[in-house]
Amino acid sequence: MKNSVIEVKNLAKNFGKVPAVKGISFDVYEGEICGLLGPNGAGKTTTIQMILDLITPTAGTIKIFGKQMKGHREEILGAMNFSSPYVSLPGNLKVIENLKTFARLYGVKDIKGKIAELAAFFDIKDFLGKMTSNLSTGQLARLNLAKALLNDPKLLLLDEPTSSLDPDIADRTRQMLLKIRDERKVTMLYTSHNMAEVEEICDRVIFISHGEVKDEGTPAALIAKYGKQDLNDVFLHIARETM
Amino acid sequence: MKLHRINALLFRHLYLIMRSFPRLMDIFFWPVLDLLLWGFLSLYIAKLQLNGVNLVTVLLGSIILWGIFHQAQQAISVAFLEEVWEKNLLNIFVTPLTVWEFLMSTLLLGAVKIILAASVLAVLGWFLYAFNLFSLGFALIPFLANLLVFGWVIGLFTMAIILRFGTSAQVLAFGFVILIQPFSAVFYPVSALPHAIQFISYLIPSTYVFEGMRTVITTGVTPIDSILWAGVANLIYLALVMIFFYGMFNWVKKKGLLLKLD
Repeated sequence: MKNSVIEVKNLAKNFGKVPAVKGISFDVYEGEICGLLGPNGAGKTTTIQMILDLITPTAGTIKIFGKQMKGHREEILGAMNFSSPYVSLPGNLKVIENLKTFARLYGVKDIKGKIAELAAFFDIKDFLGKMTSNLSTGQLARLNLAKALLNDPKLLLLDEPTSSLDPDIADRTRQMLLKIRDERKVTMLYTSHNMAEVEEICDRVIFISHGEVKDEGTPAALIAKYGKQDLNDVFLHIARETM
Repeated sequence: MKLHRINALLFRHLYLIMRSFPRLMDIFFWPVLDLLLWGFLSLYIAKLQLNGVNLVTVLLGSIILWGIFHQAQQAISVAFLEEVWEKNLLNIFVTPLTVWEFLMSTLLLGAVKIILAASVLAVLGWFLYAFNLFSLGFALIPFLANLLVFGWVIGLFTMAIILRFGTSAQVLAFGFVILIQPFSAVFYPVSALPHAIQFISYLIPSTYVFEGMRTVITTGVTPIDSILWAGVANLIYLALVMIFFYGMFNWVKKKGLLLKLD
């Protein structure tokens, strides 16, 4: 039996009278990279933000590592992390200062050692002394990932981590994520609009549309189920079917 | 409440302050400017011999204490705005940091800045005008403590409003304290205000500090009752404003506005 790292049950969120998420349920299992897919406005970001305790759900429950956020917030958030190219670190701090700040926030014991380890892993040693605002998009993506691994998380939420990266850096980032998953046994919830990338990296995907879970399974199983060429066609089928 | 997380945010702001000359100067600029402007005006008034011997001392004391209060408020409002401007609230609130730890680090940053500002103003007051801030004696400690706490109250209140309305309300971080000044009996006693609005003054903790300071300078007596009134009012306001901030934070989370704050 697979262990659930994230258990979402009947999760709903209304903004005023507008339902953004309509009672969805799904699990993310230990050690897998699970894609959370869907068209714009499907409810992916709202779902991720509820998992991160940044938005309070209207109804339903979220358990992470078998525990609800209420009463276990510090423990849960201390064992997970988040990375998104849309949420950059303060540009007016140096890279090293940003990493030190977040290492302190996570209570990392050996801050110097951990930053040195991650700087080597992500090849960011050369720009530790640079202002964060001066980094290129690719460098920022690597810095975001380094920040996301400061606390040795067991769960990583990645919101379109390769968007805005060129194909070369995007491919390197994917290889890096697979390496992290394999070497560090990190569970990942991954959103992306690049279906080829999702096929390559995700063990399983969950399709959301109009705030509801439409389907889930391995990329290969879903391609077979819908009789399509690839996951991109499956995405189009599901997204357009529910329009 | 974990010290290392409070420490993390303190260092995050100290990195900025230590590297940025404008930010460092921001701690001193307005208080020093006020001290120069009003101090020289006071010297001029003294030469005119319009009032008794204590007029200059009273004005200088007012200017310095006002500068300290202003800095205490602005320090925490601007620290919060830094996070909003840099869109860093998401980053810090996906860590185990609690709202209370966030508030505590902000308040401590205010305390650090007030110590810096007070030191510079005291030294300048001495060199430029031979005004010894420590001539206020023991009363100086509760006066400064009350101004610091009331600065926190106003700072937290403006933070909560910015949280609710976004940066369109950021002018409050810089201007709200000015609204209080006319009612706070900074440069004149409460009795100089129209009788109908004197009650507003007595609702403001800083009023008791400025009234108390004038009592010390003119009579040499420490006004324990003023200090106590200010302390009690501050504690009530601090508790209320923390609840207000916490409520606003939860409201923003419910509405999903935390990440849309700009």
